[in-house]
Amino acid sequence: MIPEIGHYALILALSLAIIQAIIPLAGSYTNTHSWMALSRPLVWGQLLFLTLSTVVLANAFLANDFSVIYVAQHGNTKLPDLYKISAVWGAHEGSLLLWAFLLAAWSAAIAFFSRNLPLPVVARVLSVMGMISIGFLLFLLLTSNPFDRTFPVPFEGRELNPMLQDPGLAIHPPLLYMGYVGFSVAFAFSIAALLGGKLDASWARWSRPWTTVAWVFLTVGIALGSWWAYYELGWGGWWFWDPVENASLMPWLVGTALMHSLAVTEKRGAFKSWTVLLALFAFSLSLLGTFLVRSGVLTSVHSFASDPERGVFILIFLLVAIGGSLMLYAWRAPYISGGGRFDLISRETFLLGNNLLLSVLAGLILLGTLAPLIYDAMEWGKISVGFPWFNKMFVLLTPFLALLIGVGSISRWKHTDAAFLVKQLRVAFVVSLAFGLLTLLPLFSDGNLMVGLGMGLAMWVVTSHLVNVKERLKHKAGFNGFLRDLSGGGRSYYGMILAHMGVAMFIVGVTMVSNYGIEQDIRMSPGDTADIAGYEFKFEGVSEFPGPNYNANRGRFLISKDGEQIAILQPEKRTYFVQTRPMTEAGIDWGLTRDLYVSLGESLGGGDWSMRLYYKPYIRWIWIASIFMGLGGLLAITDRRYRTVRKRASSTSTLTAGSMNPAAAESHS
Amino acid sequence: MNPIRKKRLYLIGMMVAGVGVAAWLALNAFDENLMFFFSPSEIAEGKAPTGHPFRVGGLVSNNSVKRKPDGLTTAFDVTDNAETVTVEYTGILPDLFREGQGIVALGQLNESGIFVASEVLAKHDENYMPPEVADSLKTAHDEGVNEMQQVSVQ
Repeated sequence: MIPEIGHYALILALSLAIIQAIIPLAGSYTNTHSWMALSRPLVWGQLLFLTLSTVVLANAFLANDFSVIYVAQHGNTKLPDLYKISAVWGAHEGSLLLWAFLLAAWSAAIAFFSRNLPLPVVARVLSVMGMISIGFLLFLLLTSNPFDRTFPVPFEGRELNPMLQDPGLAIHPPLLYMGYVGFSVAFAFSIAALLGGKLDASWARWSRPWTTVAWVFLTVGIALGSWWAYYELGWGGWWFWDPVENASLMPWLVGTALMHSLAVTEKRGAFKSWTVLLALFAFSLSLLGTFLVRSGVLTSVHSFASDPERGVFILIFLLVAIGGSLMLYAWRAPYISGGGRFDLISRETFLLGNNLLLSVLAGLILLGTLAPLIYDAMEWGKISVGFPWFNKMFVLLTPFLALLIGVGSISRWKHTDAAFLVKQLRVAFVVSLAFGLLTLLPLFSDGNLMVGLGMGLAMWVVTSHLVNVKERLKHKAGFNGFLRDLSGGGRSYYGMILAHMGVAMFIVGVTMVSNYGIEQDIRMSPGDTADIAGYEFKFEGVSEFPGPNYNANRGRFLISKDGEQIAILQPEKRTYFVQTRPMTEAGIDWGLTRDLYVSLGESLGGGDWSMRLYYKPYIRWIWIASIFMGLGGLLAITDRRYRTVRKRASSTSTLTAGSMNPAAAESHS
Repeated sequence: MNPIRKKRLYLIGMMVAGVGVAAWLALNAFDENLMFFFSPSEIAEGKAPTGHPFRVGGLVSNNSVKRKPDGLTTAFDVTDNAETVTVEYTGILPDLFREGQGIVALGQLNESGIFVASEVLAKHDENYMPPEVADSLKTAHDEGVNEMQQVSVQ
């Protein structure tokens, strides 16, 4: 009976979504206040019913209700409670439910935090959110109902995929989805603005914090996924250019471009059409990502056909959402007024360069990811795009991004003197060049140009931002000025600095681990030792070890350096009871400057095992970088001007140009 | 031409040139990095290139997995139930590698017709069949059925 309540709640949520998509929007055109005012209660209602639905599904897992097919497929009585809950979003149906739930949550957040927005804008934005919600709820109800029952009821569930039984992956999908769904807000604001024909600085200011929050979630979500792949798959890699990963990277790249372009639109009123386009694409790519990952479209067009109902629905949904919004854009964009003028050497130009590079990167990944599909559909043969291609493209383009980051953030809006830039940045440039050359010396990399390039660029990002901060504080009376700055209007500035420091860390991490990482496949007998990068790995043998829902072969390694023992690693090879598949659990000794990593291969008889030993220098920096970026984003949205706007907006019903706001004019020189 | 137009033209020119160069480089490198997929039957027909990497996929034949004395090099047969090709791989095989399982291997053919793999993939799902493998099995099966029908007609 209880699962039917969840199902019923889904239907009710759909009904509310349909009303939400139509009535407030109609009200915004006929200026009917009561219709527009309906949008908020409708959103609360949707959130309520979708929460109910999600809780019911989680409860079915916790109560081992195997009469529900989805629970029977992914639940099990022996599954630890944490994974029973994460099993809710462990597969197709449940993850779509999570999507719909998060969409309702974001809608509710808009409804709650938009008290001071003009009502017609709120009504339109929430209507657009309602339309997206209709798509997802229909998809759930028509093709992927998580509450479907089965009879006879199985005695035991088939259990969650053991790979997903991991704390990191329990929270990875919700974070990623928070990011995907979060871009729906920028999308809804853009559509609403296109509908209303009013794209001004205030529109950009409203969209900005939402976009940043979504971006932060996506950043951390992707990093978490990468970290999980690193320690769980036992391959020691952090990025595989797998279609699933690419699907999340594309919205991230476009979302990053959007964040920067929104800055220009807010501050200077320029790039309006471009910003809207980016907002549409960021969300479209999120939709594409969601569906491609779960539907298996990307592995092959044939698996697409294996569930034609879902495939056709996805195609129609994508067509309506992407095609419809682009058509609206084509219709309305010509009426968007051009923004403020800017010179060739100005922050606008550099940000344009950043946008262009990020978009080109996203486009290339799209090409590489969809090429196998296209080739197959055209019957040109079955292909895959090797990951060396993706690497090559990134190494080709990202150095320009890193160069621009330093120049763009220090240059002024509208016009910057070339002489000013040279004066400010020449020291940073010389230091970075020297540092890059230094790393080429035999002592460090012995002429490895990639190392020189990477380290030089990282140094450039750091030093150019140091100059930037120094320049800012020069006018603010030193350290006290810094504190005053941080307590209010300067937070978005320091958020930017923090996030860009993350970029520098990322470059260091990638450069070091790609050029100095060591990987060795080896056969070892108990008592054998292996030496890697000055670390001695002593293999002490493998013994059996029982787990809650698996049996493990647990290896034991003593790691020592210069004769001194520094760690004991215990990698495992697990066999899960239900799904009977072997799983590798790596043994990792982590450190800021290096990870030591052991993963077991297979038993070769006589106590011998094949195994993989890794030395991974600075790999942690890659993920720590994402924390810096995330914190930077969070700091930026606490900036005073977003709060001031709300207070101001309540006093004046029609808010216009952002330049009227003193808080905004003050920050960012 | 007025100076604003001129500036804008510069900017657009630079953008177009930049994107153009990037696209040209990307597409050039793209062709080199394309890896085609061939089934054991296609390799037997000589369709697969020698001296250029490609992918081969199929089921690991039963009782074909042999380990060399170093413990790290493995040789096994991959079949689409019509033809087989011998694959050699040095390193640790994925968790789900076993006889009867569908796999995809990346590598090249050597002179003696052995496929030397640099990577072996077995998907992380017990029931999952790499789509190319499923497809080539189906093709081989269909051809077999056709031949039998022709025989019975005669």
